[in-house]
Amino acid sequence: MGWLIEPGFFASAQVHTALVIGAAAALVSAVVGVFTVIRGQSFGGHALTDASATGGSGSLLAGVNPLLGFVVGAVTAAGAMEAIGVRHARGRDLATGIVLGASIGLASLFLYLDTTATATTGATQQILFGSIFAPAPGTVPIVAGFGAASLAIILALYRPLLLTSISGDLAAARGVPVRLVGLAYMLALALAVALSSLAIGAILSTALLIGPPATALHATRRAGRALIGAAGLGIACTWIGVLLAYDSAHWFSDGNGLPVSFFIVAVIFLAYLISDLTTHRATRRSTAAGRTGALVGDRDPRAAR
Amino acid sequence: MRPAAQHHPHVRALAVDGVSVTLGGRRILDEVAFTVQRGQFTGLIGSNGAGKTTLLRVILGLQRPHAGRVLLAGRPRARRNRSIGYVPQKVGLDPDLPMRARDLVELGIDGHRLGIARPSPARRELVAEMLAAVDAERFADSRVGRLSGGEQQRILIAHALVARPQLLLLDEPLANLDLRSGQEIVSLLDRIATEHEIAVLLSVHEMNPLLSVMDRVVYLAGGRAVSGTTDQVIRSDVLSGLYGHRVEVLHVAGRILVVAGGPAATNGSPDGLPGAAPLPDAR
Amino acid sequence: MQNAWIVATMVAVIAGVVGFFVVLRGSAFPAHAIPNGAFAGAAGAVLVGVSSLLGLGVFAVLSALGIGSLGRRGRHDVATALALVAMLACGAAFLSRTTEYAPEIFSLLFGEVLGVSTTELLPVAGLGAACLLAVAVLYRPLLLSSVMPEIAEAKGVRSDRIEIAFLIVLALATAMTVPVVGALLIFSLMIGPPAAARALTPRPGAAIALSVALALITVWAAIALSYQTNWPIGFFVGTISALAYGLGRGWNAARTHHHQLPHSATFTDASSPGSPAPPLGQRRQKRRRPI
Repeated sequence: MGWLIEPGFFASAQVHTALVIGAAAALVSAVVGVFTVIRGQSFGGHALTDASATGGSGSLLAGVNPLLGFVVGAVTAAGAMEAIGVRHARGRDLATGIVLGASIGLASLFLYLDTTATATTGATQQILFGSIFAPAPGTVPIVAGFGAASLAIILALYRPLLLTSISGDLAAARGVPVRLVGLAYMLALALAVALSSLAIGAILSTALLIGPPATALHATRRAGRALIGAAGLGIACTWIGVLLAYDSAHWFSDGNGLPVSFFIVAVIFLAYLISDLTTHRATRRSTAAGRTGALVGDRDPRAAR
Repeated sequence: MRPAAQHHPHVRALAVDGVSVTLGGRRILDEVAFTVQRGQFTGLIGSNGAGKTTLLRVILGLQRPHAGRVLLAGRPRARRNRSIGYVPQKVGLDPDLPMRARDLVELGIDGHRLGIARPSPARRELVAEMLAAVDAERFADSRVGRLSGGEQQRILIAHALVARPQLLLLDEPLANLDLRSGQEIVSLLDRIATEHEIAVLLSVHEMNPLLSVMDRVVYLAGGRAVSGTTDQVIRSDVLSGLYGHRVEVLHVAGRILVVAGGPAATNGSPDGLPGAAPLPDAR
Repeated sequence: MQNAWIVATMVAVIAGVVGFFVVLRGSAFPAHAIPNGAFAGAAGAVLVGVSSLLGLGVFAVLSALGIGSLGRRGRHDVATALALVAMLACGAAFLSRTTEYAPEIFSLLFGEVLGVSTTELLPVAGLGAACLLAVAVLYRPLLLSSVMPEIAEAKGVRSDRIEIAFLIVLALATAMTVPVVGALLIFSLMIGPPAAARALTPRPGAAIALSVALALITVWAAIALSYQTNWPIGFFVGTISALAYGLGRGWNAARTHHHQLPHSATFTDASSPGSPAPPLGQRRQKRRRPI
């Protein structure tokens, strides 16, 4: 066991906090992310993560808890993207890109001012690549609060959200307020993104949001199972990442390990790659055997159940 | 058959010879065979799921048939054959696309070639000629993505024609058009078939808009096909044989309705039969 | 400083031309993802002590191939997102092992006016020329397959190959632009000016020229402002690009509104059941103008 888990792993309070925050971020991101993948809004989700970086860097400037900054940044950008509201898919990507570009520009200004005006060293890395081992004091209750809020939104809206994600027209015909549901979903997404920005850094939180859900949707076509699978996978990947990061300090002679975000993303990416390769093979087999392999979510009507 | 089409010696533009396609264990096309002549207007008729799109894909070379072959102008089709003009069912042009209708047509001349085309008076003239041929001069300089469905359809036809194909394939060109625009497109295509002496093969799920112009019919049902003139094919006995159960062909006020026949189905559902639904747009 | 102006000008030209196709194909996400991969390459190059331009180029092309091959089987946006974070995570790992200080990382991410030395000028120019050449060679099939992929396929233009080729062009463009504009904001330059340009003109050639012109204005203004204020250049690029996009959309909306009335009037006129259109032949006679 010693070779796998370096001594002191379970005793460290830092590690405890990291595991709790990581699990919360992974859980919320995975649940929201299933809908992000089904809706084909990976780019929008990613744009929110970068916007939360803007908020995070602004928060250092204002001297408030970064998590609040992440939330404000993500929610503002979500509102802006929803307000632009372009219907054409390519146009939507373009509008997303513009909001993203402007918010990164702003982030660069905030970070610059952070490092020059307030002499906060390491702000760039802290905001962009995360600080799970060293959260600001009092972060855990806020994490729990925002995480619960995000989950509550998704669970309350589960069925109409699924319907609007699969077909907006169908949902509208059933009397679902599509716009309102979309707005609530964006709010949940913004909260999830803010949480994972705290855990693995703003520009990598896309990994928690997209990776486990995409992997789970490879394995099952049922939205409910995908939700549970993605949550489990996300938490597992995060914990393995934390463990490896803790261990990695012993791999190098200087005692400086690799960042935890690197390991979390690496594990998530590996999981996706494996599921991609195996489902690809399975799809080929089943096509030959007489069934056409359907893609996840976007084209499979059975996901509606 | 109309006299106009009889003036030309009929050259075989396309021969589909015993084509079968199996996808995912399902027989989509079953030994489909027919020919299409230059200067003729051929309707490919079949309900949704009858295999129309698969057949067009085979002709275009995008789907390899498991049996049979496709001959173009008497020769086996090369892997990359550009003597076919193609208008797909849904193109979905971005309304902000920075292209005039004219530019889209020009792209039809040699859009597949590498390099940048040198502008020349000959190219401009060719494009103008095609725009005139489809009555599109009025909106030739408008943004193509902002044109109406019928206008875009004309531009796409010009785009396909500008490469001087021998065969023009259109996949459900009437699907998203109102009745009048649909009729305009049909008579336009009929004129093009005659004037440019090319074969026009057009797929529809509703044959009535084509009745006045069709030289030949290819009727597709359950992956099998019968072909011939309208009078030869659209008959109760022929179609009953194709469907494998009794169907009736009814002539009502100049329109043809194909309905499930037999005593059990007098007021039964007309499912899967083209032209069967009592259409409100009859005039 | 002179170097900065020369390189910035080249960057604007490339971003304007390549960006035209980014917008046309709706590839904003790959255009954002590939530079992030390139950032990882630059960080890795610092670690092993080779030229950062080499690292940028190699990793940009790797991300392009990764996005292309993952996206071929699964969902494009998912593939892009995951390739993006995988590359960024590598960048984070490389950074944690280097002894470089934060300002270097910052300038890689957000751009640096004086980031290019005279020795790097030639390779950057070479990459730029290669990009332009590739776009010129691919121009027509790229245009066709971006606008009407199905028709392109029917003419023997393979969409998947065009996609990979385009992603590689994007990667080359990225490699030369990262040192100036920064990894996080190149895509801003590649979508803001072209999006504005295409709102202003319906001609593809003119749209490309206008896109280059707007990109030049954006970059020059950003450099001047950044030099004056000492604020990061990326901030100005992002903001000016968004401004250009907003102006383009506003112009477009105003024009559409202006044209809507007469256009819809003729449409209803022609299709109203009360006034049957004359037979096609006659109408054509009437409308035909001498060419």
